[in-house]
Amino acid sequence: MISYTLHTYLIIAVFLLALGLYGIMQHRSMIGMLISIELILNGAGLNFMAFNRFLVPDPTTGQIFTLFIMGLAAAEAAIAVSLIFAVYRKYKSSDPEQISDLRG
Amino acid sequence: MAYGTFTEVFFYLFVILIVFGALVAVTSPILMKAVMGLAMAMFGIAGLYLYLNSPFLALMQILIYVGAVCIMIVFGIMVGYTPKQLAEYAIGPKNTILAIVTSLLTLGVLTLALVKTQWVQGVDAGLGDYSLAHLGETLMTRYGLAFELISVVLMIAMIGAVAITWNGKHRGIK
Repeated sequence: MISYTLHTYLIIAVFLLALGLYGIMQHRSMIGMLISIELILNGAGLNFMAFNRFLVPDPTTGQIFTLFIMGLAAAEAAIAVSLIFAVYRKYKSSDPEQISDLRG
Repeated sequence: MAYGTFTEVFFYLFVILIVFGALVAVTSPILMKAVMGLAMAMFGIAGLYLYLNSPFLALMQILIYVGAVCIMIVFGIMVGYTPKQLAEYAIGPKNTILAIVTSLLTLGVLTLALVKTQWVQGVDAGLGDYSLAHLGETLMTRYGLAFELISVVLMIAMIGAVAITWNGKHRGIK
């Protein structure tokens, strides 16, 4: 039964992390990077839920932690989208390559 | 037995949903398709939460991620100022080898580590009280401080998001 082993869930979470890293490095727009970051956060949440189901005696801890991750991801997405708007107003571009004022 | 195979088939469907959705989200050159892939992967993860004994979190996953975060990103693409050419060809030719090597290395090393590790299963793992009533009670008692903190963080994030966009508009950051 593949759905009753811890490893399945952990490998899916690692897969999401690796794909998210690839996406962050590969995307040319900041919204694309934000999408990849959401993938990584989901992998983290899945990890917590898997450990909660298979290793931890108290079943509420992991669920609450995952709820907090979801709340933080929502806050992070709101801040990121508003920052992208603000950056676009200043630079007239959403390409992270062109936002380089602090590059010494 | 038939019930067992049925659940296994659905598990594979959810995993396929996650893998395919995440691949679309990361490799699609069109941003709108990438968001749709992200939503698909979120649905798959919600399905996995059902298998992890938590239907409440599955519903929260659909509500928050698919319903709120994805819609907000769609608004960011449509209402915002992402130029058409960037929104349609969002995958850059730079860094490709570096990105592939890094992600494959991460995947390989972490998978090796977690396969080699001997996980010690908790005595009562998976047998506790998974009911929503117990979850809410714990949230109000033992994790009360964390609950208050996340509420404050969410409020500050909302105020901050409004302030960042509003200030830029009225003071005319050039």
